Amino acid sequence: MKHERERIGAYPWLLGPAVAAVTVLAWELLVRVTQLPAFILPAPGAVWRRLALALQDGTLLRHGLVTLQEVVLGLAVGVLAAGLLGYWLARSPRWERLLAPFVVASQSVPIVAIAPLLVIWFGPGLLSKTLICALIVFFPILINTIIGLHSVPQELRDLMRSLQASRAQTFRLLELPAALPVFLGGLRIGATLSVIGAVVGELVGADRGLGFLINVGRGQYDTALVFVAVFALVALALTLYGLVSLAERRWLWWQQKTNPSSFLYGES
Amino acid sequence: MTRTSAPMLSLEKVSASFADRNGQLAVLRNISFSVPRGQFVCVLGPSGAGKSTLLRLLAGLLAPASGRILFDGAPVRGPQAGVGLVFQDANLMPWRDALDNVALPLELRRDPDAFDRAWDMLQVVGLRGFEQALPSKLSGGMAQRVAIGRALVQDPQLLLLDEPFGSLDALTREKMGEELLRIWELEHKTVVMVTHDIHEALYLADRVLVLGRRPASIKLDMQVRLARPRKLAVRYSPAFGRMAARLRAAIEVQAV
Repeated sequence: MKHERERIGAYPWLLGPAVAAVTVLAWELLVRVTQLPAFILPAPGAVWRRLALALQDGTLLRHGLVTLQEVVLGLAVGVLAAGLLGYWLARSPRWERLLAPFVVASQSVPIVAIAPLLVIWFGPGLLSKTLICALIVFFPILINTIIGLHSVPQELRDLMRSLQASRAQTFRLLELPAALPVFLGGLRIGATLSVIGAVVGELVGADRGLGFLINVGRGQYDTALVFVAVFALVALALTLYGLVSLAERRWLWWQQKTNPSSFLYGES
Repeated sequence: MTRTSAPMLSLEKVSASFADRNGQLAVLRNISFSVPRGQFVCVLGPSGAGKSTLLRLLAGLLAPASGRILFDGAPVRGPQAGVGLVFQDANLMPWRDALDNVALPLELRRDPDAFDRAWDMLQVVGLRGFEQALPSKLSGGMAQRVAIGRALVQDPQLLLLDEPFGSLDALTREKMGEELLRIWELEHKTVVMVTHDIHEALYLADRVLVLGRRPASIKLDMQVRLARPRKLAVRYSPAFGRMAARLRAAIEVQAV
C-alpha cells in the first residue's frame, strides 16, 4: 500500500483537481475540434454560464432542494424500515428463511419498472418519490443490517447473557457498536442509491426536482441545463457519501487503520 | 439469605446433550461433585470431552438435560450475579479501551463507582498505564489480564475459567498462571477452571477432576496437597511428578 502512495507523489490531494482539469481541457478540445452543435455537446464554458444563470434565477436551488428533500426523506424511511426488519429477521432465523426468497425477489424487480406504478398510485408529488427512494435503499440496508448483526461474536453474546444484561443494554452496548461498521457500509451504498431513486421518480412524472430539470432541458434543447442538473446530482450524491464517511471516521475510530485512507472505502 | 454452610457449588447427577443430525448427542453423563467455598478446582480432559459444556452449565448459559446444579444452595436457573466468567479468547469489546472493558459488568448494574473500581482492578491485574489502550493494541497476555479483571471487578463468589490461557504461548502461559495464583491469594474466590494442561492444573488447583471421553463422566477426583503459596519450581518436585503421572494415566486410559 505504501508503494502506491509514494508513486502518486508528495501531493495526493492535488490528484483530484488535476484529473478534473485534464477532463475539462479534453472536453473543451473535443468541442472545438469536432465543432459539435451546443445542443449535442455544449462547451464547458457554456455549461458554466448556464450554471451561473440557474444559480442566479434560483432555478437550481429550488429544484435541488426538492430533490434533496426526496433523497433524505426516502433514505430515512428506507433505513428505518430496513433496519427494523433486519433487526427482527436477524433475531428470528425461522422468519428469515421464510422471507428471504421474497426479499430477494423484490430486489430483482427493476425500480424503473415500478416507478410509474408508484407515481400513478401516490401522485407526482413528494410521497411517490420518497417511496421510490426508500424502496431502492431498502435492500442494501436490510442485508447489511442482518450481516452486521450476525457478525456479533457468540462469545460476546454469552458474556452479556452471563452478566444478565437486558435486551436494551445488549443492543446499545454490544449489537449496535458491533454491527455498525457493516451497517454504515450499507448506508454508503444506500445514500448514493437514494439519489438515483429520486431522479428515476422525477423522470417518470414530476413537476419539479433535478430530474424534472433534466426533462425540461432535453425538451428545450437546453443541453447545458441537462449538464448542470447532472453535475448538481453528482454533487448531491458525493455530499451524502462524504457525510457517511465522516460518520464512519467519527464512530469507528476504534477500528485498526490497516489501509491508507481512501474516499472510496473510508478510513477502515 | 447466607447459606455459609452449603458448598459454593454442587452438581447432582447432571447430564447434558446437544441436538445434532442423528438426534441427541450425549455430552455429559451423571456428573456429581461439589465444590467447597474458596476451593480452586481444575477440570481436566481430552479435547471434545465436554469441559466447556460443563462450564456453560455452571454459568447458567445452558440448562442440563437432567440433574440439578446448586449455586450457594439454590438451583441455577440461568445466568446469575456473583459468577465471573473468563473465556478462552479474551473476548473483549474492540471499541472499548481496557478500562471500559473492565467496567462493563458494573456499568450494566449502573454502579456509580464503576470506573473507579475498574481502575483499581486494572492495577490488581498489573495493567497500570494501559487504562486507555484499545484491545487491538494489547498483547494476548495483557488482553487476558483485562478479561480476568472484568470477571473479578464485580467481586463474584465464583470464578469460571474456560481454558483462559489456551491461546497464549507457553512462556506467557506460565507467567499468567503465576499471576492468577497471586490474584487468587488476594481474593480467595471459589474457582472452577477448565484446562487440558496437566501441569497447569496441578500448579494452580487444590483439586483436579478428570473427565473421560464423551459422554463424559468423572474418571478421577484428586486432591492436590502441595503447600501454598506455590512457586513455579514446585513443578520439578517428585510429588508433583507422581501426581502428573496419575493424571496422565487417567486421561490416557480413554484417549485411545
